Amino acid sequence: MSGFTVIAPGVLSLLQDNGRFSQGALGLTSGGPMDAPSAQWANLLLGNQHNATLIECSVGGLQMRAETNSYIAVTGATLPLSINGNTAELWTVHKIRQGDVIELGMVSKGLRAYLAVAGGFNVAPQFGSTATVLREGIGGLNGNKLQPGDSLPAATVNSLPRRHLPVHHQVQFNRTLTLRLVEGYQAQSFNSTERQRFYLHSYTVTPQADRMGYKLSGSAIRCQQTQLLSEGICYGAVQIPPDGQPIVLLNDRQTLGGYPKIGSVLSLDCALLAQAVAGTEVYFTPISPEQAHNALCLAKVRTDALTSQMVNL
Amino acid sequence: MSLLHFQLTPAGENALMLYFDQRIDPQISALVQQACVLIRNELTDDLIDLLPSYASVLILFNPLSTDLHRVSAQLQHSLKHLQSGNSQTGNTIELPVYYSEESGPDLALIAKTKNISITEVIQRHQALSYRVYAIGFAPGFAYLGEVDPLLQMPRLATPRAKVPRGAVAIADRQTAVYPAQSPGGWNLIGLCPTRMFNPDSTPVMPVAVGDEVRFVAIDKAEFLRLGGEIPGDER
Repeated sequence: MSGFTVIAPGVLSLLQDNGRFSQGALGLTSGGPMDAPSAQWANLLLGNQHNATLIECSVGGLQMRAETNSYIAVTGATLPLSINGNTAELWTVHKIRQGDVIELGMVSKGLRAYLAVAGGFNVAPQFGSTATVLREGIGGLNGNKLQPGDSLPAATVNSLPRRHLPVHHQVQFNRTLTLRLVEGYQAQSFNSTERQRFYLHSYTVTPQADRMGYKLSGSAIRCQQTQLLSEGICYGAVQIPPDGQPIVLLNDRQTLGGYPKIGSVLSLDCALLAQAVAGTEVYFTPISPEQAHNALCLAKVRTDALTSQMVNL
Repeated sequence: MSLLHFQLTPAGENALMLYFDQRIDPQISALVQQACVLIRNELTDDLIDLLPSYASVLILFNPLSTDLHRVSAQLQHSLKHLQSGNSQTGNTIELPVYYSEESGPDLALIAKTKNISITEVIQRHQALSYRVYAIGFAPGFAYLGEVDPLLQMPRLATPRAKVPRGAVAIADRQTAVYPAQSPGGWNLIGLCPTRMFNPDSTPVMPVAVGDEVRFVAIDKAEFLRLGGEIPGDER
């Protein structure tokens, strides 16, 4: 087989493409990389298609053996990367020869690293996507996380530009995050005192933080409306359950839910939250839908501009 | 207030919520269905996904190809074509259920709480047909309503860690069949051998939103013949 063999999957390694969309009517969630911009950079460095399948390795510990010649790039969280025991730089394209052993150590900054290979892993999509959602048992290899001995098919690639993204353009990990939030859903059912409390106080990322959502702890928020018919939940929605502690719902969220929501965090900031460890301090700040739209368009312009500035080694 | 009254509000950077009157009602459910068709036709390639529920639709659009104001204006215009007075259902689907204390551990609790016999609980659950109001929470989980008021039961105070696949359950005035083993807080009254979500079959689900579901009692032998499994039963 041409491709890679998993020696050790580490803490949690999942195959992901951009996510599974237009399947909400079946109750299927989107999945996809928790830090989408970092995942996108791994594919951009290699010149892959934007939806190419890569590995999201949470916390670290992934080891793989190359069964073919290829190229790899690792982005996202900061962790030691080695190829045959030799340290290799992150956010950089590396040539891989058949038999090479690739090793990701444990994260020192951030939580999730992205390992992409030239051309992407060749995995059959399920419901239009290869994104692994463990709760649903859908995507990846048989709906599962990577296991020792798994074969990950990939093309043989013998020539590719070796590119690098300069450090000042890489994702930054801060001790304090400010999450921009578009108000919506039941926002009007939180009175002005509750909203002020929500925006003025800091919250802390709790250990109850996974691919479904990040539970925060801090000043409890009350909603006047408690009875709610189940309704669709979008990415980044901030749910306020009866205990008043916000939960930011992320990639593997349930598609419908009946708790009040004050609005949704901007996707660019969800990606930063997904890299945040327990104890990280979080603030929310409201932005208008127009500001959100501007931020997304600017981020795209910036990525396009940087793509042309990648350094050829 | 007219049934046709609706509200479009932002939900996120690329999301709008369409709200109808917030109640469980077949006519509102039919409006949700109609709205989904209108929205798909209007937004075409700008649309990423639609998440319909009892009385709302979450509309997800591509924020790099359109924006909230444009989508809002387009939908205000196209949703004028909604027509009330229609509560038409889709297909009628019969789902077999093995009702028993062995397969429905909460039957006795419901009977005791409501001061009726277990047999009456089973009869009343089968007596009505139910509309599929929403699919979500988990793949293939269909919210069916509404159950006989006498069978209305609150969720369990402590959810079970494991509810088996196929469990037929009641919470408030809703009933459902668990599509896969999962944690759950609904009251369990039986087991259905029909797979509610099978990624390898076409269609993936036996029901769709707007369909009508009837439950039909079967005995244990028939349940096993149809491929059902009693959890913890080694045979």
